[in-house]
Amino acid sequence: MDVTVLFFASHRELAGAERAVVSLPEQSTVEALLSVLRGRGDGLARLPRQVAVAVNRRYADSGTVLSQGDEVALIPPVAGG
Amino acid sequence: MVWSDVTFDPIRADDVLEKVGGPGDGAVALFMGVVRNANEGRPVSGMEYEGYAAMARDELSAIVAEAARRAGDGRVAALHRLGKLKVGEASVAIAVSSPHRAPAFDAARHVIEEIKKRLPVWKREHYLDGEPAWLEGQTPGRARTGGAS
Repeated sequence: MDVTVLFFASHRELAGAERAVVSLPEQSTVEALLSVLRGRGDGLARLPRQVAVAVNRRYADSGTVLSQGDEVALIPPVAGG
Repeated sequence: MVWSDVTFDPIRADDVLEKVGGPGDGAVALFMGVVRNANEGRPVSGMEYEGYAAMARDELSAIVAEAARRAGDGRVAALHRLGKLKVGEASVAIAVSSPHRAPAFDAARHVIEEIKKRLPVWKREHYLDGEPAWLEGQTPGRARTGGAS
């Protein structure tokens, strides 16, 4: 299955892109996706150990199971206001 | 009544004030966050707000609904800006009206505190004396991954 990953702010700079499409085995979790991203051999190897993630615009956790076509956003520490 | 939005346009107080109030409301609280001219001693020329706009709209809507429930009988409006802001421009405006002042202040405070904890927005500060930098933020509490690994 394919999921779309969105990168923002400092993560976007690490990834060198705003988005990526990542192919994963069915039933993969958020944690599995993060492992794949960290192992791509680019700046994402420097992702912090704790990364907040949203799946389809809602905060999720490391065990959340992904589905085909999900939009997964990596959320750096937020600083609104 | 609740109302919220995320915008790339300049924010005025009236944008939120006109969304609240009513004949039974004796109190209107207004909070505005404004770009200031220095941070930790460094002169600041402006602030760049980046956001996950679609999610930020959903999350701000949820925060405003929570604040309205806290206020009991209250009307809540919030507007957050994205893009490049100059010193003195507002990044956020929050208005709450209610029959009495305590719930209005409390609900407005709730909205700004939750924005800082949860809204998927990031800011990069531009300085007069050096390269811009992303500001340190808060990791959304419900959303940590990798903590047990």
